[in-house]
Amino acid sequence: MVINLRRRALFAVLAVSVVSVGATACGGGNSSSTTSGSNASIQSNPDNAKVTLTVGSKNFTEEYVLGEIYAQALEAAGYKVKKQLNLGSETVALKALKTGNISGYPEYTSTALQSFFSVKPQDIPPDAQGAYDMAKADLEKEGLTAFPPAPYSSANALGTLTSEAKKLGVTTISDLQGKSQDLTLAGPSECRERVDCLVGFEDDYGLQFKSFTPIDPALRYQVLDKGEAQLSILFTTDAQLFTDPDKYTLLTDDKHVLTPGYPMFITSQKVVDEAGPDFENTIVAVQKDLDINTIRELNARVDVDKQQPSAVAHQYLKAAGFVD
Amino acid sequence: MAESATGMIDVSIQPGFFSSFVDAFNFIFHQQEGGGGTLVGGPAKVLELTWAQVQVSGLALAGSLVIAVPIGAWFGHRGKGEFLAIGLGNAGRAVPEIAVIFLLAAVIGIGLRDVAIALAILGIPPILTNTFVGVRQVDPRAVEAGRGMGMSELAVLTRVELPLAVPTIMGGVRTAAINIVATATIASFVGYSTLGDFIINPQVYGTDGALAGAILVALLALAVELTLSGLQYLLTPRGLRLQHIGTGA
Repeated sequence: MVINLRRRALFAVLAVSVVSVGATACGGGNSSSTTSGSNASIQSNPDNAKVTLTVGSKNFTEEYVLGEIYAQALEAAGYKVKKQLNLGSETVALKALKTGNISGYPEYTSTALQSFFSVKPQDIPPDAQGAYDMAKADLEKEGLTAFPPAPYSSANALGTLTSEAKKLGVTTISDLQGKSQDLTLAGPSECRERVDCLVGFEDDYGLQFKSFTPIDPALRYQVLDKGEAQLSILFTTDAQLFTDPDKYTLLTDDKHVLTPGYPMFITSQKVVDEAGPDFENTIVAVQKDLDINTIRELNARVDVDKQQPSAVAHQYLKAAGFVD
Repeated sequence: MAESATGMIDVSIQPGFFSSFVDAFNFIFHQQEGGGGTLVGGPAKVLELTWAQVQVSGLALAGSLVIAVPIGAWFGHRGKGEFLAIGLGNAGRAVPEIAVIFLLAAVIGIGLRDVAIALAILGIPPILTNTFVGVRQVDPRAVEAGRGMGMSELAVLTRVELPLAVPTIMGGVRTAAINIVATATIASFVGYSTLGDFIINPQVYGTDGALAGAILVALLALAVELTLSGLQYLLTPRGLRLQHIGTGA
């Protein structure tokens, strides 16, 4: 078990070296924003070896990265870890958790509250502690629980090309008042019926748009690049915001219409009791350096550089000093 | 679990079965609270999206007809290009619609015009193939008779071959129309809202909305089929009608 970990770590380091040499050779010189090794290395506790944890994740890049980070960290802590990444939507993941197929997975406070507990967007607390407390209380009624959230939040954002923002002279969503009637907004079709999307822009900000174009989120940057819309619903943790930071501008949500989601690891009380204190402590420790810039960069390494989530997770853990 | 006399489970008595359909119909006729904090559903919004789907489908079908019928008819009349016509029809059936829609969204763009183009492209193969085959398979004696009466080639095509090929051509048109109407559902992904809105957003419209959307798309396809069957009957020359009552596939 220990030998496998060393060999895997060695291979990962080699892979990372090859990739980073290649990346710099190709001129992809984005500076890393992770702190350098300032954290305590995760200690392997032999008591954990008798516990098997299955880490799950939903089926998009950020979830793969988070799942891998948690899985590798728990492995470093001495647990036997299995992975079931790519579970699908949150309903599938929740089912897997309830039936015991997985021990836990990273979920967003806003997703849990809206999807599992039918909380209306306007009733969701915008701050991390409030959202986490509400989600945890609801989860506990089902025999589940959640660990404290990571430092970043993922939210919808109203984005535009920086050139367009300069032309209009806007930095916040409120700045769009008086200008939005000439602008086209693109977003997922559900945006039309959400108070934390178009309805909120109309009611809370008093904006009227020239038109709303429903698109699949995969097209959210294309519509800006091709001029098919001046405004688009983006996500704050998008890889593109790391690779092209000056090309796109996110308008500040000064009236707090766009509900943020804080990623928290949800699991069942039963697993927590069986796994011992290292379970929660490891998860909470390892997510400490996940600020918004870091997660964007990790997403970019997967989406743009086409690296494997497992390699990217290892790079993060190593750079932050959690593993060697 | 309700078990019938043979010991098999009677699905219709399961608690969820009928009530899901009742909920779906409720969604169509009564506005209700959506998951996004607004009121969703109800006849006005349902009609709006249904009409949007009909509009883009009609536009696309018109485009398919304008391109496919003349080309299929001309080649069918000349008796040339059989391999191409049939091959195109088969290839058209094999292409996954979602791939075409997204590909064209990336290349051409999004919105009503571009979705109509994408759907028209989907509608061309069955109409082209059926027009070609229909015209080719017209009784050669009728064609000879027309020529014997002094008709020009164009007149033979339009006054003899096309009318006699109506059942076959309409078969292709009906296939194309249903394909187009059904696929128009996913226009919601590429810039034009249709009933797909209800289906792809269960977190806002609920499973009631999703089922309602699916039911409506199915009903729309059925309505298209019935309308075109009626149209086929009207367009079929009286002589053929008497010959082929009841068929027309």
